[in-house]
Formats: sequence, C-alpha cells, structure tokens
Amino acid sequence: MARQTPLYRLHQELGARMVDFGGWDMPVQYSSQIGEHHAVRRGAGVFDVSHMGVLDLRGARVRQFLQRLLANDVAKLKAPGKALYSCMLNEQGGVLDDLIVYFLSDYWYRMVVNAGTRAKDLAWIREQAGLFEVEVTERTDLAMLAVQGPEARAKATQLLPPAAGAAALALDTFVGRELGRWFVARTGYTGEDGFEIMMPAADAVAAWRGLNSLGVASCGLGARDTLRLEAGMNLYGNDMDERTHPFESGLGWTVALAPSERGFIGRAALEPIVRAGLERKLVGLVLEERGVLRAHQKVVPAEAGEGEITSGTYSPTLERSIALARVPATTGGRVQVEIRGKLLGARVVKPPFVRAGRSLI
Amino acid sequence: MSNLPAELSYTKSHEWVRTLADGTVEIGITDHAQHALGDLVFVEVPDAGRVVKADEPCAVVESVKAASDVYAPIGGEITAGNPKLAAEPEIVNADPYGEGWLMRLKPAPGALAAAALLSAAQYQQVLDSEGD
Repeated sequence: MARQTPLYRLHQELGARMVDFGGWDMPVQYSSQIGEHHAVRRGAGVFDVSHMGVLDLRGARVRQFLQRLLANDVAKLKAPGKALYSCMLNEQGGVLDDLIVYFLSDYWYRMVVNAGTRAKDLAWIREQAGLFEVEVTERTDLAMLAVQGPEARAKATQLLPPAAGAAALALDTFVGRELGRWFVARTGYTGEDGFEIMMPAADAVAAWRGLNSLGVASCGLGARDTLRLEAGMNLYGNDMDERTHPFESGLGWTVALAPSERGFIGRAALEPIVRAGLERKLVGLVLEERGVLRAHQKVVPAEAGEGEITSGTYSPTLERSIALARVPATTGGRVQVEIRGKLLGARVVKPPFVRAGRSLI
Repeated sequence: MSNLPAELSYTKSHEWVRTLADGTVEIGITDHAQHALGDLVFVEVPDAGRVVKADEPCAVVESVKAASDVYAPIGGEITAGNPKLAAEPEIVNADPYGEGWLMRLKPAPGALAAAALLSAAQYQQVLDSEGD
C-alpha cells in the first residue's frame, strides 16, 4: 500500500486526482494541470513535497564524510545555511541520486533526497557512514511544502511572525534557515523564485490552508513536472540513473574534480571517461512541428548514431513541445524525432527553456 | 456522473457515435474520457479517404500527461477529420459532443448493424463498474 503524507486527507478534500509516485499516494492535479502551471509562472503555487526524504547527518567528521560521499564538494559551503546541489555516485560513476545538502554547522548537515530512492539512499549512506562515525537520522516527523512563483515569498512570509518573516525575505538564493519551528529555504524545482519549507507534520494542513487563503494555488505533481522541464532541471530515474554518469546527464558542472586529492566515490571511474572525451550528452529539444515529445522516443541526429528522449512534454509557457534527450556528442543543431512512425524536426537548444517566466529559446 | 446525451451511441473504449442524416457517422470521445485525460494539447485525426476496420486505432489525443489512441467504433471510410483540432485541441475538452468531434466516417455495408455499440444507459454501467 502506498504511503501518505500528512496532507493526504486535505488533497482528497480539495478534489485532487491521486497517483502513485515513488511508492507514495500523491496529488497529480487539482483542477487543471496547465492552470496550475501558469499559477506558478504568474503568481504563486504550493506543492506537497513531503514524500521527499529529509536526512540529518551529525558528527565531528561529517564534512569529511560528505566530501567522500558526494560528487560536488561541500567545502564550497562557507556560511551556515548555504545549500549545494550534488549527485551521489556509485563506484562506477553512475548516479545513485541527486540531492540538496545544507551546511547547518560544523557538526550538522541536512540532505533532501528523492522519494523513490530514499530507502536505497539511506542504506547506502549508512553503509558509508560507519567509518566516519556520522549519525544519520531520517526526519519522518517533518512535512515539506514548496511555495513557488514570483509572488511566493511575499505570500509565504505572511504565515510567519513579523521578525521571522523579515528574516525569510532576507534569505539569499540557495540558503536555508531555521525560523522558529520551520526550516525555510530559498530553493525550488520550478525555475521561479520561492521557498521550500520543512515544518512539523502537525503544522502542514494549517499552512496549506493559509497559503490558499492568500491566493496561493494548490498544485500537483503534473504541473511540477512541466515546470521543472521548462526550467531544464533533471528528474532522477528519467534523465539520469545508476547506468548513466553526470557528464552525459547535463550535470558535469556539479562534479567537483578539483582539488584532485579529494577522493569521492565514483571519481576513479569518471576520470578516465572525462579524459577520453564524452560519447554522449544531454541536450534540450524544441519540436518544430505539432505533436508531443515523450520519454523513450528515438532521436535521429543528422551527424551519426541515434539518441533517446529522457523527458518530454508540452510546455504550457512556450505552447510547444520540449524535451531533454541523450544524444551522441557529435549531434549538432537539428535532429529528427520518431513519433508513431513519423520523423518530425526538432531544434537542439541549451536548457533551461524558461526562467523566471520568460522564454529563453 | 458524466454528461451522456441519450441520442448518441457509445463504446467501452469511451468513444461516442452520432448517426447523421446522410447515413455517415460522427465520432468523438466522451465527456468522461476528456475529463480523465485532462487538458488536451495535441490531437491527430485521420485523413479523408482512409479505410479503417472496427477497433483499429485511427486518431490520437494527447494531454500534457500522456497520449491515448482513439479506436474506430465502426469499420468504413473516413470522410473527414475535424480540421479545427490541429490548432485548437482544447475544443475537445470544452465541447466533446459538439465542436470537439474527431472524425466522420461512411460505414462499410453492414458495419453499423454489426458494431457493438452501447446505449447511454449501458455506457453509464461501464463507467460505474470502472468506479466513476
């Protein structure tokens, strides 16, 4: 039986259509997926992301542990509250998960991992953590709400006492802070400004209703997917997994190869791959004809070989279809995509497609 | 409870069929189907002149989420695909039994009588058994 978040009954009450996502019963949409998408691009929307895993890592050597565990380097995090996006790799350089890690103190980091991988991640992290004497706690007591859109921060801070609200508004991008019972971070997965807020599970329903009463739209995972794809953000399991490495997944920028003495898991496998030159790359596609790009459709470059779409959808902002695709490294400016036996033309672009409500293509 | 005009015939795969005065039939998807799919963003209809068998996939409706085939309820020759839907697929959501028709078809001899069509009441039972 699928797991439920603290907001499950409220989603049902609000008329959401529920689907299984990574073993969780989650709202895919409330009324109109496209309407919810536009609410986030133009105003503000709230998503239940309580299915994601929140892990607290504590110990005197937690920094050294994370420098081994993660492909990005937590030494980049200087100020408490600062967040870093990273892949966690296996020894072969394949992506076990992508995650955000917050530096909270010299003894305490917090990680947010994907819902579908959290059990696997926890087992892997605990297996690696032993030597470093790091204690790993899964924070199942917390709910998480993502409030996203150009009006999101102004509205969400109205739920906080004035001093905490002012402190939340002062947060820089990719920084989080404990404000009373809530941990408020200026992060997201939509390409818009906003917060991700972790709070005690008992606070979640009142917070959601409060946001609704301020005009923040309830949004489901359907809109979350079209928003993240427009923003050029990868989805674990679609755009990368254990069989692909970050450099062929558009995530080379998250792998900190310098300093060379940092021995993170996966480094030994990745170094020869990078030295030899990459065979494949992840690119953005914009369909130039009518139709909808979907995951697993075949991509035929003019140059050589073939590729495959990893995520595709209709973009409500651009009113055309967009995709991420893994293609041969030699692929140039145009490709064809096979849809139901027909070859349709598409243009290769560098993601993101949309940022802060504006088209970038 | 879905909106089910009594004068139409239906299929288990959620198409509707309207018999026109000239003996051809008009085909679309039901209100239940458009609602289940969500906002449509692409519709592909068959060209006039194509000959289809009963239960053959002959049109595609795509929402943001997924693509779905539409099956010919009756064998015959396509006389028209709705030309408006290429530019405005959302018409199917707004008016599934009217402006949102997908195709017109001239049934092959005997095909209309042989088709396993449902009345509105029978189709409602199909929806009830699906948990609508």
